[in-house]
Amino acid sequence: MDIFIQQVMSGLATGGIYASLALALVMIYEATEVVNYSQGEMAMFSTYLCWSLLQAGLPYWVAFFATLVLAFVGGVLIERVIIRPVEDAPILTIVIVCIGLLVILNSVAGWIYSYIQKPFPTPFPGEPFKLGNIYLGKHDLGEIGVTLVVFVLLFVFFRFTTLGLAMRAAAQNPVASRLVGIRVGWMLALGWGLAAAVGAVAGMIVAPVLFLDPNMMGGVLLYAFASATLGGFTSPGGAVVGGLLVGVIENLVATYVSFIGTELKLTVALALIILVLLFRPSGLFGRVTVRRV
Amino acid sequence: MPSRSVKAAGLILLIAVACALPFVLSGFRLFQFSQVFIYAMALLGLNILTGYNGQISLGHGAFYALGAYTTAILVDRAGVNYALTIPAAFLLCLVVGFLFGIPALRLEGLYLALATFSLALAIPQILKYFEHWTGGSQGIVLSKPKAPWGLPLTRDQWLYYLSLAVLIVLFVLGRNLLQGRVGRALVAIRDNPIAAEAMGINSALYKSLAFGVSAAYTGVAGALSGVVVAFVAPDTFNVFLSITFLVGVVVGGLASISGAIFGALFIQFVPNWAQDISKAAPWAIYGIFLIVFMYVMPRGISGSLRLAWSRLVRPKR
Repeated sequence: MDIFIQQVMSGLATGGIYASLALALVMIYEATEVVNYSQGEMAMFSTYLCWSLLQAGLPYWVAFFATLVLAFVGGVLIERVIIRPVEDAPILTIVIVCIGLLVILNSVAGWIYSYIQKPFPTPFPGEPFKLGNIYLGKHDLGEIGVTLVVFVLLFVFFRFTTLGLAMRAAAQNPVASRLVGIRVGWMLALGWGLAAAVGAVAGMIVAPVLFLDPNMMGGVLLYAFASATLGGFTSPGGAVVGGLLVGVIENLVATYVSFIGTELKLTVALALIILVLLFRPSGLFGRVTVRRV
Repeated sequence: MPSRSVKAAGLILLIAVACALPFVLSGFRLFQFSQVFIYAMALLGLNILTGYNGQISLGHGAFYALGAYTTAILVDRAGVNYALTIPAAFLLCLVVGFLFGIPALRLEGLYLALATFSLALAIPQILKYFEHWTGGSQGIVLSKPKAPWGLPLTRDQWLYYLSLAVLIVLFVLGRNLLQGRVGRALVAIRDNPIAAEAMGINSALYKSLAFGVSAAYTGVAGALSGVVVAFVAPDTFNVFLSITFLVGVVVGGLASISGAIFGALFIQFVPNWAQDISKAAPWAIYGIFLIVFMYVMPRGISGSLRLAWSRLVRPKR
């Protein structure tokens, strides 16, 4: 039983990271109907920026928030410069552009920072807590804490602020929003910026565990896809629940299903994605879209 | 569009040049050109699915891996002649692709891209897991076959001709398939699925079929690459291989047969040159080409050449 609780707890901690990245994916999907394949690499690149700032001698939290700002600006720029021209293009075009972006960010990071793994500091150092027979790492608890703060902030932002409401309106009904005076184009760009910042949080929190290298986010992105698919690409809350569920499922399967272990971790995510897409393509909480012909 | 006779003459000239190359180039260059032919098969395969039928696959490296491992395992573990493993890879990938195509019917556009992208991410792990057959992360080492029937050719020359021959066969088959009834059906499904169904096209059958044929082409390419490179290992079949194929198709030209050749030349030689700048440079260049081509040359090199030709030679009325 102790092992079970232990695994669930650490599953929730990694699940928080998947949830953050999945949330970033969903925010972009909601705003522009694009599945952003470069979300993981954007997060990785932001984490490298944070690393540079730390190397320059800034204290951790200053670097952390500075990175969020940089990631936000970067996200807005990417939307304005690269995604904008293909906004109304066929899906294939958008997918290809996103893949192009993924490849560019990955190689530029490798070019600047080399492919050698770098250690990344955690803001929550120290010995794990002991509760009965269960160990709770400080970093794990910190992970859960930071992701919760991010979710609450985003919830408040989208629920209670004018700007947040305007962004949701722009995503849901661009024409009507334009009529009431919302600048739809800029709202979409802001959505990309916010998603980039949320992704950056995920990157900076996962880096102490995985070590920083340009391919760090590949596996995390796959799990974030699984989370967003499970929760539903049209539901931000679903993405969070999906992320936590996927984190727990991942850990439990690795512990209790002996032939899978840790060697087939990515395959578990793949199987999950395909099963959900086959049996409930809109996910647990997504809305079913009906297209008029 | 060049006239038929001009086209035929150009094609014969091209094949003649290709046949003469082994007596001019060194062994390593021949190896590179064999790779070009192999990539061209894989690109044509992906293009049948993505370019003609509009089903986005970001995971064709998986079928390439399946073909390569079919050859490696049959040759290494069962002692089968390498030449027989190529049709075996074709059949196996045809069946697997067709079967994968059936659930893919339920996945539209973005979701299919997502599923295949995850497949591409997961494939190296799966290959390592079945260590007993695949040799784990060490992979399987093969030996390059000698030229048969006492032909006075080096191994590289023989493999070059073999790849060229297979390429020509696959291209002729592909051309006949795509320029006839089936090809029109595939394009119709891509452009307007509902109208296509209304015209009596069995959309489900054609889409799964496109998946099967596409996988089979890519599988043959993988099998040949196993023979030519004489080595298979899981980490060569990572997600970037699948992205490389996508780059090749986009640069060569979506929905064009000749585009496969241009795309293959691009993905074979451009990284070699770019590598001199930095290890990361080839991928930065790939990425930039992907985006720039989507903006300014969405029909790729092949489409742009055709356009240039039709501007150059105005049809007489």
